[in-house]
Amino acid sequence: MATLRIKNGSALFGDIRKGQEISLAAWREGVRPEAGRFEISIPNTEDIESLENVIRRFDAVILDFPVFSDGRAYSQARILRERLGYKGEIRARGDILCDQALFMIRCGFDALEIGNGDKDAFTKALGAYSAYYQIASDNSVPIGARRSRRRDAA
Amino acid sequence: MYRYDEFDETFVRERVAEFRGQVARRLSGELSEEQFKPLRLMNGVYLQLHAYMLRVAIPYGTLSARQMRQLAMIARKYDKGYGHFTTRQNIQYNWPALIDVPDILDDLADVEMHSIQTSGNCIRNVTSDPYAGAAANETDDPRIWAEVIRQWSSQHPEFSFLPRKFKIAVTASDKDRAAIKVHDIGLRLYRNEDGERGFQVFVGGGLGRTPYIGERIREFLPERQLLSYLEAIMRVYNRYGRRDNKFKARIKILVSSDPDDFRRLVEEEWAKSDREKLNGPLDELLRVRRFFEPPKYENIPQTCNSLDAARARNDEFDRWVRNNVSDHRMAGYAIVNVSLKPIGKAPGDISAEAMETVADIAERYSFDEIRATHEQNLCLPHVRKADLFDVWRALDSARLATANIGLASDIIACPGLDYCDLANARSIPVAARIAERFADSDEADGIGELKIKISGCINACGHHHAGHIGILGVDKKGEEFYQITLGGSGGEDASIGEITGRSFSSSEVVDAVERLVTFYKENRTVGERFLDLYRRLGPAPFKETLYGDAAH
Repeated sequence: MATLRIKNGSALFGDIRKGQEISLAAWREGVRPEAGRFEISIPNTEDIESLENVIRRFDAVILDFPVFSDGRAYSQARILRERLGYKGEIRARGDILCDQALFMIRCGFDALEIGNGDKDAFTKALGAYSAYYQIASDNSVPIGARRSRRRDAA
Repeated sequence: MYRYDEFDETFVRERVAEFRGQVARRLSGELSEEQFKPLRLMNGVYLQLHAYMLRVAIPYGTLSARQMRQLAMIARKYDKGYGHFTTRQNIQYNWPALIDVPDILDDLADVEMHSIQTSGNCIRNVTSDPYAGAAANETDDPRIWAEVIRQWSSQHPEFSFLPRKFKIAVTASDKDRAAIKVHDIGLRLYRNEDGERGFQVFVGGGLGRTPYIGERIREFLPERQLLSYLEAIMRVYNRYGRRDNKFKARIKILVSSDPDDFRRLVEEEWAKSDREKLNGPLDELLRVRRFFEPPKYENIPQTCNSLDAARARNDEFDRWVRNNVSDHRMAGYAIVNVSLKPIGKAPGDISAEAMETVADIAERYSFDEIRATHEQNLCLPHVRKADLFDVWRALDSARLATANIGLASDIIACPGLDYCDLANARSIPVAARIAERFADSDEADGIGELKIKISGCINACGHHHAGHIGILGVDKKGEEFYQITLGGSGGEDASIGEITGRSFSSSEVVDAVERLVTFYKENRTVGERFLDLYRRLGPAPFKETLYGDAAH
């Protein structure tokens, strides 16, 4: 089972397990990780903002796509990155198609559990576009700002 | 008109290449139809009763002659020589082969067009006022903002897997020709008391199985704040919209369950967001604005003697001017509506030859501009009054001069059971029979404005809830029946039509409509439209007309 990770702008494929994982439900029942790298999985129905004090203790947050068409975790990821300033890994889990990979990365995910997904297809999908219209959680310069820069340079 | 720069061009080409890859994976069998479905839907490809259907976006309904000619070429090369204009200012081709679709998309990209987000649970092609830039009393050209929204919503990373589809309409006029109150978001640009431009924001309107008029969630949003505010609405919907039941997943269900709570959630989200960043650079806005500067009008007088003389000479022309031509904001100019509702034909259908005729006329007489309307007609927005007679003759030669805009035979109808695999009943033949019943021009003029809208199923693509007379196809033990609703409107006085009672068989429904019209003619006061009479008298006498004493 492979995990795609984005490091310095390029895609690396590796093992899924990095640290000790607990669920939010377990955390609420009082389970506490022992030592090392900690990860927490959070259902896509949770208000991520209210979990700020929990999440900051973890090295990775795992967000869920129960089916590919359920896009709630995109909003969770952006809030986590942009509003809460979370610096750890945000990993997507569940029904993940290569056709969604770019949306996920743009919303702040930097790791995708792709299972037996076709690595080449994921790599290709991540390079499908040279620029985007919107500002999002990635560092890409949106098209509007590129136009401004070009005018300033002219 | 907006023109692509190299960023827009590159983006659309990259989207075509991506889709070409997805189609190849489907054709090779790597993707099942089930896996392919969401991917093709994101790009306007449906699987219909008989074939694939491709829906092409016409952003805010604006087309150039060159684009229209390309649509004609596509109709000829890949389809059966015609296209179908929809109620969302788009065009659909009903017979393309899947293997050809990537090539069609490249042909569209050659003329700065695409089919991005014409279906799927994402932000759909944004619609606007077909008279934009030409109507009197407009605050600004609403297409400036429609184009800003088009770019912002294209492949939006956070909002491409929403609970359900999402439709935004923009207008900048008091007269609502974009049906903004029956959209997921309706935006009306106006000036406040301080002279600043901003939007009135309606959310949660819609037709379908549970129709609602949009809630006004903000009275005045400064125009510069539009994108950050839209992001806030979309995020609240993406997080809280229902996903457990497809039929309760539209934003209207979320809004209507507690409008005040919805408003509070949006305002809170907006207050926390980085507005400056989300609103985008001001110079980009100014760049888009420059594309919508008015054409180089001539300085000509408002009255046109040659027009008056031609009208006096020719009754048919006079009728067409009366019914199909609207006032323009510039002296000496007029807005020409091109009816795609010749009596007895499928509403919105147009042949490749007729598309080319419209393109030629637009190039010569309308500053190269064509508009598609949500009522499934076309519009030439900037025609000199002195040219109206020539335009009329040219349109007439292609059977495009039916003088029935806004009248009983100007019917909106969905494709219905003739094409659609969701439909319960046929729509087009019923529309044709009603149009034939009211085909007499004097009779139709005498009835005046009457909006008849027909949907072949509860999904309401024919907007029957917003019809003065709405007709809904239902299935009764394998037989097609039609339910009648009355009193709907999609305009600034928006209302949802009310169900009258039991449905009518296919052979009864046209007579039922005629009984309603006869009742109207016998009871109206001077200047009172069908809708006005219904609002004045209420449903009871209309029900009695339809069902006799059994209604009581």
